[in-house]
Amino acid sequence: MTALVIAEHDNASIKSATLNTVTAAVACGGDVHVLVAGQNAAEAAKAAGQIAGVAKVLHADGDSLAHGLAENLAAQVLAIAGNYSHILFPATASGKNTAPRVAAKLDVAQISDITKVDSPDTFERPIYAGNAIATVQSADATKVITVRTTGFDAAAASGGSAAVESIPAAADSGKSSFVGAEIAKSDRPELTAAKIVVSGGRALGSAEKFQEVMTPLADKLGAAIGASRAAVDAGYAPNDLQVGQTGKIVAPQLYIAAGISGAIQHLAGMKDSKVIVAINKDEEAPIFSVADYGLVADLFTAVPELTNAL
Amino acid sequence: MKALVAVKRVVDYNVKVRVKSDQTGVDIANVKMSMNPFDEIAVEEAVRLKEKGAITEIIAVSCGPTQCQETLRTAMAIGADRGILVETAEELQPLAVAKLLKALVDKEQPQIVILGKQAIDDDANQTGQMLAALADLPQATFASKVELDGDKAKVTREVDGGLETIAIGLPAVVTTDLRLNEPRYVTLPNIMKAKKKPLETVKPEDLGVDVAPRLKTLKVAEPPKRGAGIKVPDVATLVDKLKNEAKVI
Repeated sequence: MTALVIAEHDNASIKSATLNTVTAAVACGGDVHVLVAGQNAAEAAKAAGQIAGVAKVLHADGDSLAHGLAENLAAQVLAIAGNYSHILFPATASGKNTAPRVAAKLDVAQISDITKVDSPDTFERPIYAGNAIATVQSADATKVITVRTTGFDAAAASGGSAAVESIPAAADSGKSSFVGAEIAKSDRPELTAAKIVVSGGRALGSAEKFQEVMTPLADKLGAAIGASRAAVDAGYAPNDLQVGQTGKIVAPQLYIAAGISGAIQHLAGMKDSKVIVAINKDEEAPIFSVADYGLVADLFTAVPELTNAL
Repeated sequence: MKALVAVKRVVDYNVKVRVKSDQTGVDIANVKMSMNPFDEIAVEEAVRLKEKGAITEIIAVSCGPTQCQETLRTAMAIGADRGILVETAEELQPLAVAKLLKALVDKEQPQIVILGKQAIDDDANQTGQMLAALADLPQATFASKVELDGDKAKVTREVDGGLETIAIGLPAVVTTDLRLNEPRYVTLPNIMKAKKKPLETVKPEDLGVDVAPRLKTLKVAEPPKRGAGIKVPDVATLVDKLKNEAKVI
């Protein structure tokens, strides 16, 4: 019984979601191999070999794998799928894009967004925006899984010494091609891996105010910035900052929600945070029902005041 | 050029579901049901493509119990031309739905299939990708912009760090993200018109698909509850609590 983890990486390094996924793979009970599929990704493959608990790294390198196109990445995984009892992807945009293609081609059910491994064939996963936790059992020969990274601790990024084996890259499917990307460059910690997240809601009123009020607080705390769906829909913050059921799922040590009312879809994305602070002028706002510390105040005075007090 | 859109009947997004006391599932008796919000965006996108002249016919498909007819009527009130209900009382999992849709794609030969990226009940985020794999089609998931150009499409996708644009050949499968469009409100005249549009019913057997569930749900439980917190009177107290009680800063 061996599990395969599909690494999330940027060719030079391994992204932290991979580390949580390795922990889930270890919990499945067998050896853990990691697939690094990319272009000029030797550095990432080397880093994957150093993850504690990894027995072997498979490195596929080629132009077809440069942009993580689902058709090519799925073909890469399928080329080696027969060797594995479990195939685990982090539940990131890339993992969610590719895993179901692999599962369908293998004619197996996919188990999405697992938060716990009960046994090699039984897993827990949230449904209905996290308002219920389902325990599901798979009878399929191969378990294709996406892993909710907040459900598992990160494996140590060093300490391992797995060998890196090169494997041939999958051919380009010709079905899709990469045109371009607008990826925000930021020195801030990644939203899903940050220890502190400060999130703003619709109450901020404009993109300028969102920047002006939330950024200094995030800078002071070394925090990632998040947003509610309402704030993103209104154009106050970019889409990749959305925290919630269908956006990013976060579980930092400290989550500060400013001007967020707390719709169940938002709570689904952050209620596993260790400490939650809510700042909202409406004392009836549902966000207060999950907040450890609630401050009923106007965020335009309270947030700058908090920034200055830190 | 045909578009096929898949629509799922789910518990309305405003309803907070309750877990049944015997832990066999969530209680959806007497709960308001609606079209999955992402599927509404899918129907709206198809209608906009038709209004631009890029598409000539929109077929809405729903898989599930008889009541899914209502979901299909809603899709037709938004602007779908006809509906197909794949009727079954069996619990349908994403792989089964993908197989049913694949059978209909083979039959109808649409140039584009648009689905919601995720249903808000099982939160699986699988069906579109599975359909693309089974039908051997290109996929563009989590779309925030779709431009059709002859036998190609350019799709902007919401990814982790921001946005990514890919080019795909048609036919293809597209799944919708929240920012793709804002679905129109259905008007009474359109609801009336939708009642007269054709709605065909087929069974999974007619399509030669075995829909037996592959995953067995052993238990559905309440998530752990967060203990009630406290209200703090001012920022100074908040900072003190975070430093000395929670010790997180």
